[in-house]
Amino acid sequence: MTAVAVPPADSADLPRAWWATRRNRLIVIAIVCWVAVSLVRVLLDADDLTSSTAFRAAIRTGIPVFLAGMGGLFAERCGVVNIGLEGMMILGTWFAGFAGWHWGPWVGVLFGVIGGVLGGLLHALATVTFGIDHIVSGVALNIIAAGTTRFLADQFFTGQIGGSISQSPPVKGSIHEQSLPFLSGGELFGWRSPNPLQWLEFKHWFLISDTAGLLNGLTSRHNWLTILAVVIIPIATYVLWRTPFGLRLRSAGERPSAADSLGVDVYRIRYSALAISGGLAGLGGSYLAINGAGRYSEGQVSGRGFIGLAMLIFGNWRPVGIAIGSTLYGFIEGVRLCCSGQTIVALVLLVSLALAALAITQLLRRNWPAFVGTLFVSGLFATYYIVGKATDSADKEFTVPREFTYMAPYVLTLLFLAFASQRLRPPAAAGKLWRKGDTG
Amino acid sequence: MKNRLIQTLLPIGVAALLAAVVGATVMLLIGSNPIDATRAMVSYLDSTDSVVAVLNRSSWYYVSGLAAAIGFRMGLFNIGVDGQYRIAALLTAALGAEVSLPAALHVPFMFIVAMIIGGAFAGIAGVLKVKRGVNEVISTIMLNYVATGIIAYLLINYFWTRDASGRDLIPKTDLLDRSAWMPDLNALIEKFGFHFAQGVRVHGFLLVAALVGIIFYVVVWRTRFGFDLRMSGLNPFAARSSGVNPNAMIVRTMFISGALAGVLAMGPLLSEGHVYGDQFPTQLGFTGIAVALLGRNHPAGIAFAAVVWASLERASQALSSEGIPTEISRILQGTLLLSAVITYEIVNRRSLAATTRRASELASSVLTPAKPEVIR
Repeated sequence: MTAVAVPPADSADLPRAWWATRRNRLIVIAIVCWVAVSLVRVLLDADDLTSSTAFRAAIRTGIPVFLAGMGGLFAERCGVVNIGLEGMMILGTWFAGFAGWHWGPWVGVLFGVIGGVLGGLLHALATVTFGIDHIVSGVALNIIAAGTTRFLADQFFTGQIGGSISQSPPVKGSIHEQSLPFLSGGELFGWRSPNPLQWLEFKHWFLISDTAGLLNGLTSRHNWLTILAVVIIPIATYVLWRTPFGLRLRSAGERPSAADSLGVDVYRIRYSALAISGGLAGLGGSYLAINGAGRYSEGQVSGRGFIGLAMLIFGNWRPVGIAIGSTLYGFIEGVRLCCSGQTIVALVLLVSLALAALAITQLLRRNWPAFVGTLFVSGLFATYYIVGKATDSADKEFTVPREFTYMAPYVLTLLFLAFASQRLRPPAAAGKLWRKGDTG
Repeated sequence: MKNRLIQTLLPIGVAALLAAVVGATVMLLIGSNPIDATRAMVSYLDSTDSVVAVLNRSSWYYVSGLAAAIGFRMGLFNIGVDGQYRIAALLTAALGAEVSLPAALHVPFMFIVAMIIGGAFAGIAGVLKVKRGVNEVISTIMLNYVATGIIAYLLINYFWTRDASGRDLIPKTDLLDRSAWMPDLNALIEKFGFHFAQGVRVHGFLLVAALVGIIFYVVVWRTRFGFDLRMSGLNPFAARSSGVNPNAMIVRTMFISGALAGVLAMGPLLSEGHVYGDQFPTQLGFTGIAVALLGRNHPAGIAFAAVVWASLERASQALSSEGIPTEISRILQGTLLLSAVITYEIVNRRSLAATTRRASELASSVLTPAKPEVIR
């Protein structure tokens, strides 16, 4: 009798506990965090914290940073570090302000993208053709962009109504807003549909109203530019991981000499990628100018290009990761910008709790120094909150001073980077100078 | 020797030419005459006032450039010089106003305090890099903004004085005692026969800057620490295997860079104004980065670059009379920076290729065997 070979049991066939997969664990963590946020909201009576206004602001604040991060993604995935994102965003804001003032918001967006592309091409010329150190070129680009836009603003905006050296006249018109019909009060052929989510939100019920606020904030009163920016996530993922162009791009960033040996024109691909990178950063600048202030304004960008770079690192060089990071950042920044002082105080407590939770995960991983460090920072926030609340009196409520909230995005970025996962995996050849004929 | 000279001066010449061409093109595009503009700029520079102003400014840019350069030499990009010098200036100004010491002690005291504060602030970025792997470009830039926030908070809430009418609050630190004012060099220079108009002062900080430059050179090129620093920048693996502790090196270099930013802070604080307030010069840190890149991270080059940068700034003030916006200086500066950096790289690569070729020719001529004798 012949022995029948029994195939080995495939690990995919074995029943797995639901908590074993990383994705399920992340979902559980997200749910726990959401319940905690809701709890904090109820306990501190800070209803604005989970209002649709806050989440709408989160999206609007997070998108420029997200777009900058996506710009950084395309650049670094092809091997070029793009420190000049800030400069490209600045160019984007100027061109968007200029064209928006003359010809309306969508032309402004287009010109903003073109402005960013020009910056990207300049960076490509310096790094790819001439082989300059990527960071030096980026720093030089930022200096050039800042100076050039100031000069151009002086040329074109001074003397115009509403214009000066530091701002453009207002953009002609704005982009129409949309809301989801049937759920968030959107319009359908002229009929205004009910807004059940908002009704739920205003009930202030634990967890249900918070979730309603979240959903409402995500689906109401967003304009097409926002929707375009969000759609970039699946488009970019598809381009980078499902097209030949994307494959060549990524190979140029991992092993340029291997790609070169297979016939990939590394220089050309890097030029294209940097043009896309600049275009995305320019789109982020356009968003700031057109959806934000409604004009070009000097100092509008104020570091968002670099924050986008930090989001790139935090997101482990993946579009979804960048989006998550930008949304978290956008939430905290958005709340700070849109909501009352009490909400910001609640936010301080929330951040402290989040850091404490992070500290506990470090403890579970037996990483003592990280545990102590995270606990220390969490304690700083908690102390600030407790001490502040203690000084609460009838006539002078404790609020976080404006100068501190100004620092929030930057301190946040530092925290993001400091606590980013250790399992970061940047593209292997990012930042390395490569000339045709090099090996490695 | 002649080759080295050409190698050093050629790229600068080419870059200057490129910047001039771009500037002239922009001027033509906005309808102005570049020749007239150049003439106006040169004649404006040709006065004692201008020369003194340029010298004073370039002393600040020089120290700022040195602060950036020591990081660049190690491959560390300290873009945070701006935040470091401003926070050092504020805190040192506040502290210095509380203290009263004789002049010989007060000025060095201020310098030391500024260096410690600047170094500590930069050290934050260094520690973050070493402990958490945070990219120092991003962390130093974030710290710039954090510094702005801290300074704004302190100025509005703690460091303010009432103005003459007694009603409004002016955010600035208290005026420093005369003992903390750095003396100027007018008396010294007048001995050589120059005469200065009223109010024109050559800052004593010029000597400090020169001293710092000499110390920079000696430390980086004549000490073991400097050797380790340069090697860490040129070849981190070689540095590691020769015993350099990379983490200690990073934190030390960031600290020194921040300390130099503190020295920079003392330039405007002790020479003009003597308070930290809204009028305190800003953006000096970013200029230093540009000047360091232009000067190729060498104290002599940075000195030259600082003078050129300050001259461009000063000269463009003359342009408004020609109907050209003074902002064009920024385009000139930016183009000069980028084209200089590009030409440096090209010349570097060419000379490296030439050296390699020469070396291989030499090697092959030595190693090639002599023609074999024909054996009959």
